[in-house]
Amino acid sequence: MISKKTKFWGYRRENGRVGVRNHVIILPVDDLSNAAAEAVAHNIKGTMAIPHPYGRLQFGADLDLHFRTLIGTGCNPNVAAVVVIGIEGGWTQKVVDGIATTGKPVAGFGIEGHGDHETIRRASAAAKKFLQNASELHRVECPISDLWISTKCGESDTTSGCGANPTVGNAFDKLYPLKTTLLFGETSEITGGEKLLEARCRTPKVWKDFMTMFDRYQAMIERHKTSDLSDSQPTKGNIAGGLTTIEEKALGNIQKIGRTCKIDGVLDKAEAPTGPGLWFMDSSSAAAEMVTLCAAAGYVVHFFPTGQGNVIGNPILPVIKICANPKTVRTMSEHVDVDTSGLLRREMTMSDAGDALLDCMMRTINGRLTAAEALGHREFVLTRLYESA
Amino acid sequence: MIHFVVHEKGDGVGVVVVEGCARGSKATGWIMEPDSTVKVELKNDIPIGHKVALKDFKVGDTVIKYGVDIGKVVAPIKKGEHLHVHNVKTKRW
Repeated sequence: MISKKTKFWGYRRENGRVGVRNHVIILPVDDLSNAAAEAVAHNIKGTMAIPHPYGRLQFGADLDLHFRTLIGTGCNPNVAAVVVIGIEGGWTQKVVDGIATTGKPVAGFGIEGHGDHETIRRASAAAKKFLQNASELHRVECPISDLWISTKCGESDTTSGCGANPTVGNAFDKLYPLKTTLLFGETSEITGGEKLLEARCRTPKVWKDFMTMFDRYQAMIERHKTSDLSDSQPTKGNIAGGLTTIEEKALGNIQKIGRTCKIDGVLDKAEAPTGPGLWFMDSSSAAAEMVTLCAAAGYVVHFFPTGQGNVIGNPILPVIKICANPKTVRTMSEHVDVDTSGLLRREMTMSDAGDALLDCMMRTINGRLTAAEALGHREFVLTRLYESA
Repeated sequence: MIHFVVHEKGDGVGVVVVEGCARGSKATGWIMEPDSTVKVELKNDIPIGHKVALKDFKVGDTVIKYGVDIGKVVAPIKKGEHLHVHNVKTKRW
């Protein structure tokens, strides 16, 4: 049983934050630098490149979010050290400087004026040194209050709302009093359940901040909407799984924040929280976009309930899958970390299910690989706000 | 044996949680809060995860699940029938 005395084995970083993984990442600033980053990761075994398709001619709030997401990814305590590669030196240095505020080892390389070969040679030398140093770091005993846990569900169906999501809610209600730092989001998937959140906000200001984010997202949907959002909300998978409307999906979604914990604050996309408690982050409901934002905000382990069987993972954030749909558990067992289908057969109580998830969480943060990690799921998807210039 | 789950007493729908729920069969539902059971004769085959109507609905009625409005009825539904996108729509968007 988890309590304030519970400890786990984590990597305490230079800035005091605690990670549960020890990655050395090769981080491209832009699409053009993916090839060099992947070559470095190929040269230096045990490092990991995180390729992505963006980073050129973005501007304003969209560019700010791009930098915040890349810098946040590098700052995440699951990352021991970072090699940054960009096509030119200026934006590369901006990412390096952002990550350097944590005190962790980071080095940047611009390709222009050197070419891929020379960049790969120099960046590989830095990556080798970082990797060997990281391999000597040891896990130390840390209080449970050092843990940051995020949640987001995917390929939901009706069993998500009665099984997998309230399992996360039960675990969150048990983690909240232990001064952990918790997060949920998926702004569009609160639609129809927003009034229920008012009673869950710690103060009227938190509720007002939430509604500002909620109304901003609704206004964007109103500008672009089509009938049922072109089978995107609910998705075809949701509908095949039995979910009928966005309201039904939203009510299932908010089961993830349990019954008793309070929402202590509201964050913009990829923004880091400033203290323990439950935070709402404005975010897309697309799985990989949302989990990428959670990692950039500094979260180190993720609860991902699914109904129809979303297979997502993340390069740096261990994603724990919870499923209560007996058919999915049978047909996609290699993706499921915690089977709570017993809930729907009345063989398991909600508290038993929450405890099973917390047990899996403890094993995961102490080093056990999740199904998504073992299967090599490393989805890293940057959220875009609008077109490039 | 439980064939479907109802979140709250007063909800107009249950969620089928086993495979092979066929038309004409007598299905037993578990009302999670307060803990109790209910029986319904199914008028359609209903796939796992899909909803069964627990009462008759007419066009324009509101469907309640989790004790909350989840949308409006757009085609009549009889107790025991499959309730989904062919007869219920969102009130948003």
